[in-house]
Amino acid sequence: MKLLIFGCGRTGAALARTMAKRGHEVTMIEQDPSALSRLGQDHGCKTVIGNGLNDDVLEKAGIKDADAFITTTRGDNTNLMAAQMAQTHYKVRKVCAKVNDPFRAREYTKIGVMCITPNLLTAGMMRNWLLEEPFESVDSFNSQTEVNA
Amino acid sequence: MYVIVVGGGNVGTYLSRRLIDDDHEVLLLEKDPKQTQRLQALFGEASVIGDGCEAEVQRQTGFERADVVAAVTGEDEDNLIVCQMAAMTWGVERTVARVNDPRHVPLFTELGVSSVVSATNILYNLIEQEISLGTVVPLAALRRGNIEVVEATLTSRSPSAGHKVRDLSLPPKSNIVWVLRGEEGYLADGETVLGPGDLVVALVPTEHASALREIL
Repeated sequence: MKLLIFGCGRTGAALARTMAKRGHEVTMIEQDPSALSRLGQDHGCKTVIGNGLNDDVLEKAGIKDADAFITTTRGDNTNLMAAQMAQTHYKVRKVCAKVNDPFRAREYTKIGVMCITPNLLTAGMMRNWLLEEPFESVDSFNSQTEVNA
Repeated sequence: MYVIVVGGGNVGTYLSRRLIDDDHEVLLLEKDPKQTQRLQALFGEASVIGDGCEAEVQRQTGFERADVVAAVTGEDEDNLIVCQMAAMTWGVERTVARVNDPRHVPLFTELGVSSVVSATNILYNLIEQEISLGTVVPLAALRRGNIEVVEATLTSRSPSAGHKVRDLSLPPKSNIVWVLRGEEGYLADGETVLGPGDLVVALVPTEHASALREIL
């Protein structure tokens, strides 16, 4: 698939590498050129320097014929806005946002934006491991709000 | 009305001040604790330090009973999320977002923000109007009859300066109705002689606006 990732932090870089390794066409959008070093050597991804909330940057990265758009910047609001641009304006089929605030994640999931909340996921998987339960799905971790009182 | 303003920069500060002067109940939310002192001095308890995107802050500041939420920070993504959450989580009926990148205007509207304000677009429209119309500026368009109210400030180079209104060959169905000279306003009639410095208000059918511009 043709995948666009916005935000070359640890999550974005790891996703880019693992998808590129499986033969997918990955384009990384990142504002800070020095952050691209997280991709490491021979990563095989295209890179576009710029703000992914900017139409010109998204189009330069090829959003018009992208199959998927994943937004992994450190800003929840940036991720939610970029995801909605990809979904509503560019009609990208698979769109997902990293959202740290479980409340915001739940509200936007209700209106059809796929959100992944890393802290809920991590806590849930740790619990699965501790209690020797089978690992659960993203959706089930996302809805386990008891982690955040 | 209860108005919550998110973003305590220049725009948020002046907006809150005007709303308070107009006797509205106002709450100004700013997330930067460094602004605490300045905002406290200006607004006292009507200013709160907190992130307007956080549900808990929204609950404490009473988003639920807000008539209007206006998000005027310098970050488009924050303004969008504040407005969307105000509407979908708290049922706020009127949301206003300041947009810094004018290309985001249609997106914000599509994503449910009730009023989207782009300073760039407003300035651009004003400048464009000045450029394309020369000295004639449309004041209002009357809904029926396709009539515009326009104003023109005359200079010594204006073709109409020094002439009586009756001697001007005004376009059909148009008329000069009012002249402001210095501090005094006059109802214009056929005998009124126009001069440099006059501010002229005229009624003109939209299709003849450019003809009127040439005559004045």
